[in-house]
Amino acid sequence: MHQFVSVDIKKCVGCRVCEYACSMEKTKTCNPSKSRIRVVRIYPHTNAALNCRMCENAPCVTACPRKALSQAADTGVIGVNDQLCNGCGWCVKVCDFGAIALDPKPTVRICDLCGEREGGPACVEWCPEVALSLTTGDALSQKARIASVEKLVEAVGEGQ
Amino acid sequence: MHAYTGKILYVDLSTGASRVERFDETLAKEFIGGTGFGVKMLIDTLPPGIDAFDPRNPLIYAAGATTGSMLPCMASKFGVFAKSPATGLLGESYSTGQWGAELRMAGYDYLVITGKAKKPVYLWIDDNAVQLKSASHLWGKTTWEAEQMIRDELGDQNVRVSGIGQGGENLSRLACLINDHFRAAGRTGLGAVMGSKNLKAVALRGTQDVTIADPEGFMELCKELYERAKGPATAKYRTLGTPANMLTMDAQCCLPTRNYQGASFENVHKVSGEVLNEKYVTRIQGCSACPCRCEHIAKAKEGIHKGAVSRVEYEPLMAFGPYCGVDDMNAIIKALQYCNEFGVDAIGTGIVVGFAMECYEKGLIAIEDTGGLELRFGNADAMVEMVRKIAMREDVGDLMTEGVMRAAREIARGSDHFAMHIKGLELTGYDIRGLKTCALGYAVSRRGGDHQRHGSYSHDLSGKVDRYKAERGRGKLVMDDEDMYAVVDSLIICKFTRTIWRGYDEIAKAYSLVTGVPMTGEELRQAGERINNLARLFNIREGMTRKDDNLPPRVMKDPIPTGVAQGSVTTQEDLDIMLDGYYEARGWTNAGVPMPEKLAELNLSSYAALIGEEV
Repeated sequence: MHQFVSVDIKKCVGCRVCEYACSMEKTKTCNPSKSRIRVVRIYPHTNAALNCRMCENAPCVTACPRKALSQAADTGVIGVNDQLCNGCGWCVKVCDFGAIALDPKPTVRICDLCGEREGGPACVEWCPEVALSLTTGDALSQKARIASVEKLVEAVGEGQ
Repeated sequence: MHAYTGKILYVDLSTGASRVERFDETLAKEFIGGTGFGVKMLIDTLPPGIDAFDPRNPLIYAAGATTGSMLPCMASKFGVFAKSPATGLLGESYSTGQWGAELRMAGYDYLVITGKAKKPVYLWIDDNAVQLKSASHLWGKTTWEAEQMIRDELGDQNVRVSGIGQGGENLSRLACLINDHFRAAGRTGLGAVMGSKNLKAVALRGTQDVTIADPEGFMELCKELYERAKGPATAKYRTLGTPANMLTMDAQCCLPTRNYQGASFENVHKVSGEVLNEKYVTRIQGCSACPCRCEHIAKAKEGIHKGAVSRVEYEPLMAFGPYCGVDDMNAIIKALQYCNEFGVDAIGTGIVVGFAMECYEKGLIAIEDTGGLELRFGNADAMVEMVRKIAMREDVGDLMTEGVMRAAREIARGSDHFAMHIKGLELTGYDIRGLKTCALGYAVSRRGGDHQRHGSYSHDLSGKVDRYKAERGRGKLVMDDEDMYAVVDSLIICKFTRTIWRGYDEIAKAYSLVTGVPMTGEELRQAGERINNLARLFNIREGMTRKDDNLPPRVMKDPIPTGVAQGSVTTQEDLDIMLDGYYEARGWTNAGVPMPEKLAELNLSSYAALIGEEV
C-alpha cells in the first residue's frame, strides 16, 4: 500500500508550520502558497492539514489532458512534468482532498513525500504537535480498530 | 535585504489613488519594523495637532521584521498605528493570526491609509493589485459577518481580513480591529480611526516569497528555537494559558476587582483558568508558524448565553469577571463574543462597564440612563447587554463608548476619582497599588494605562525588588524593560515566547540570518532606545507633559482593602521618586523631555526642533 502523510485532526492546531517547512524544503523561501501541504481552518476551531493521499489509480493522472502527471508504481507519488503542465487545473478539480495546489501559477504542485530526504517528509519532522505521520490506509484502519475496541472495553469492561 | 520587501503601500481613500515607495536598509537597521516603523511613519506623516478623526490621520499597518518567515513565534505579528482617538497621543496596537504574514506575502512591509472615502469601502490587496471595493452592504455587519462575506464575494477562503464592526463604524473610542476571527489589534481605539475613514476592512491575499538570507543557518536556528518554544518557558501558555494568572493575581492581591475597589475576588474560583479549561475550553489552536499555540477557544455551556464562543485571555477575563464582580463564565464568554463581533476592545470595554456599575451604585447614573438595566456589580446579564449598548451607542452606552476619561468628565460629581485610566487609556489587569515598579511602567507607558510596553510587574512579583517600596532605581529597570519590549514589538516577537531568547545578541543573530542586514546586540538595544525616544517626542509634540505620566486618583488614595497587599497605595510622592529616577536614566530633563545629547546619540537630532523651548 502507498504511504502518505496523514493528519490527526484532534492534534492539528492550524499553525501552518508544515506549510512553511514544505516551502523551505522545496523552494528555500517561506511561502505557504508554494507548499504541497495545506492547512484548512474552519471557524471557530476546526483545523486540518491536507496533502496528497497517493490514491491508487489516481484520478488527477487520468484527468490531465496533457499527460503532465504520472504516478510512480512503487510509491504512488504523482510526478509533475513542468514542461507539459500548463496550469489548466483539471487535476485540481478531480482531487477530492484539495491536495493539488495551483496558486500561484504556472504549474501544479503535489506532495512527493520529500523524495529521498533524510528523515522523511519535512512537514512530519517539523509539526510541533506531532499531528502528522507517514502512514498507509491499512495502518490507519488498524489504529481505528484498536481505538474502537479500547473504547468498547472501557464501556463494558474486559471479559464481558 | 531579505524578508523585508522594502516596499510601502500608500492608499489615499479621498482620491482612490495608491502608490508604492521603496525604503532602504538604513530604515530597517535603525527602526527594525513593527513599532519602530509605526512610530517613525506616524511622526513623519501626521500633521501636528490634528484630531484623531481628521482624514489626514494615517492608519498605518506595519509587519514585523521577521513576519512571514517561519521563525517560531516571530512570523505572525503586525502592528497598527495612528493618532489615538482615546489618548490623542501615540495609538498603537498589535495583533497576530495570519493577516501579518499575508501582508508581507502580498509584497508590502508597510501599509499607510489616509483620507476618507465618500461611501463605505474596503481595501482589497491581491498581491500587486490594489482596489477599493464598495462596502455599503457590509456596513452595519459584525466583524465575523463581514469577514465571511468578503471571502465569499472574492471567491477565496484564504483571504485575510482586518476590519471593524459596529464599534468602529460608530466611532467608539474603544473600537478595535479584528482579524482572523479571534485576533484583535485591541487597544487605543484604532477601529474608530478606520471607521472615520469610511473604511470597513483591509482584505489581503499574498502569494509572494519571503526570502531568507541564510536558509541553512536559519533552519538550524529554527530547529533549536522550536524545541525551546515547546519547553518549560512557554508551558503556561500551552496549558492553562494566560487565564492561569487569575488565581496567582488573586493570591498576590493584584487582581483588580469591582472597578479597583478591591484587589482580590471572593469568587475567583468560579472564573479561574482551571475552571475555564476544565469546563469551557473546547480547543487550543495556533497562529502562523507558532509551535506554542495558545489560542484558547471557549464555548458557553449553559443558560441564556449557551453556544457563545470566544478566545479567552487573562486580561479580558479579569475585565468581565472580577472587575465587574461577575462570576458567571457563560456570561463572560458572551461578553467577549460581543467584543469580537462588534469590534470593541475587550479590556477597555470591561473596565468601562465596571466604571459604569460603580456610577450606577453611587447614583451618578440611573436606571433611565441604562435603558432599564440594573447595572450593579455582579449582574452578569446586565454586563453583557451593556457591551452591546456601548458598541451601538444606545442609552448611556453612547457616553460610555467614549471611554472612562471622557465619561467621567461628563458625569463629574467626583467620578474622576474612580475613572481608571492613564492618558485616556483604561488600565489593564494588574493592581498597581502594590506593584511599585509596574506602577511606574504604567505611568510612563507611551500608549497609556498598559503593561505591554514594559512588563515590569515581573520585578515586583518575582520578589527581585520590594514590590511595596518606591525607589529611584526602578526607573532604570523600567527603561531597560521598555527598550527590550520596543525591540520585541518591532521584530515582532510574540511576548509569550520572550523567555525562550537568551538576550540581545541571540536576537540580533536571528535577525541577521533572516534579513541579511548586519546587526549586533548593542545596535538592537539602541534601536529599542531610539524607538522609545522618538515615541516620546511624538507624544510631546501632541501636547503631553510630565503631569500626564500619572496614575488614577484611586491608585494614589484608596488603599487595597484586604489581603496580603492590604493598605497599599502608590502615592504621588512614590510616583515622583520613581519618575525622577526614570527620566534621569533616560537622559531626559526632569520635565520628561529628551535632551539634545541623547537625541544626537540615537541619531535623532533631526527631531531636535520638537524639544526646542522645553529644554
